[in-house]
Amino acid sequence: MTEHAIIMRAVNKFYGDYHALVDIDLTVERGERIVICGPSGSGKSTLIRTINQLEPIQSGTITVDGVELTAGGDNVAKVRQDVGMVFQSFNLFPHMTVLENCMLAPMKTRKTPRAEAEATARRYLERVKIPEQAEKYPAQLSGGQQQRVAIARALCMKPRIMLFDEPTSALDPEMVKEVLDTMIDLAREGMTMLCVTHEMEFARAVADRVIFMDKGLIVEENAPDAFFGSPKNERLKNFLGQIA
Amino acid sequence: MIREFSSADVLFIASAVRWTLILSAIAFLGGALGGLLIALSRTSHSRALRRMAAGFIQVFQGTPLLMQLFLVYFGLAVVGLPINPLLAAAVALTLHASAYLGEIWRGAIEAVPSGQTEAATALSLSYRDRMRHVILPQAMRVAIAPTVGFLVQLIKGTSLASIIGFTELTRAGQIINNATFKPFLVFGTVAILYFILCWPLSLLARHMEARMRRAITR
Repeated sequence: MTEHAIIMRAVNKFYGDYHALVDIDLTVERGERIVICGPSGSGKSTLIRTINQLEPIQSGTITVDGVELTAGGDNVAKVRQDVGMVFQSFNLFPHMTVLENCMLAPMKTRKTPRAEAEATARRYLERVKIPEQAEKYPAQLSGGQQQRVAIARALCMKPRIMLFDEPTSALDPEMVKEVLDTMIDLAREGMTMLCVTHEMEFARAVADRVIFMDKGLIVEENAPDAFFGSPKNERLKNFLGQIA
Repeated sequence: MIREFSSADVLFIASAVRWTLILSAIAFLGGALGGLLIALSRTSHSRALRRMAAGFIQVFQGTPLLMQLFLVYFGLAVVGLPINPLLAAAVALTLHASAYLGEIWRGAIEAVPSGQTEAATALSLSYRDRMRHVILPQAMRVAIAPTVGFLVQLIKGTSLASIIGFTELTRAGQIINNATFKPFLVFGTVAILYFILCWPLSLLARHMEARMRRAITR
């Protein structure tokens, strides 16, 4: 077992001519909670999407839990099994019940027997506080409930790392808290987490480190107190002024 | 030599319905298999596969079905196979159906939001599992009404097989007409039989479309 959860070295990502990630170096320790923020188009979503290769990179290396993602073979599949992801738009499978959403991947990729997959799914649905919705379809749930199902679905794969891509941005204000509370619980249990979010209260409460990105670069990173209390970079000061 | 149009003639025409149905079934099943391959190729990551499938669709959508029938019919002889109207019609209609169903299903697959593929990919589901459990079941809901609609077109399209001498419904009508010379009566009977085959399917397509609309808004 290596000591680092994620190591990114000199990662570059282009969309055509557009340089989306510029020489990114980032090391994430096990159990570390990182919040990534920045203006739209700064590359923050792209950054976490490279960690499970939803976005391929053009140069550099990414190593997740000792497995080098960029080395080919079935490394990508291995990494994806250990990295859970939660999306802004939930992306639940609409033709399956909540329970089936949670059971599909463990049964197909981990070959978990049905009964065990169901027990695990019900346990995680309990943990995100919606066990009574197991037989419903996603469209019958509120946005906040759907996002909690999405978190449970990711957890059913027993990931070591969780990626959150603006998990509360598509939610009505009154539902933001229930999702954040779920994420805070998860953080307290020691899950390694990378969260792209503008919820600064969340960052203050759980983040070990806050990262500010702009134009594909990591501009500033610091512990939350220093990050919010004494930002050094001008663009970050501006940004904090706008969202406060 | 011209005789009366009798109930025996109606029976002869009606019994040819089975060949129309058999030909339609072969073409539809073969076309479903081919169409799935075409649709998956059209939506794959491989540029070569996408281009090949697109070329296939363009050829079969850009030429008349009758020419396709002729080319396959005479083509069989060119490659040394015996001239067989059923085989030729089955092959040509299968290729034709593959192209059209492939295009319908490509559209249905692309109508599934990309977030679905992303979520399935992030869960480490393989391409096969993604397609089988996540993408295709959702695409099917979109595709089912136009697919049944195409089946109606296909059944009517089998009438062209009469021209290469395959005795299905239309050809049976021609044979009886040649003996009785009652074209309006004969082809009226033929048309009614086509209508009896196709109308329930059209109703089914409409019914399924309405059901799908309700399912989406569930």
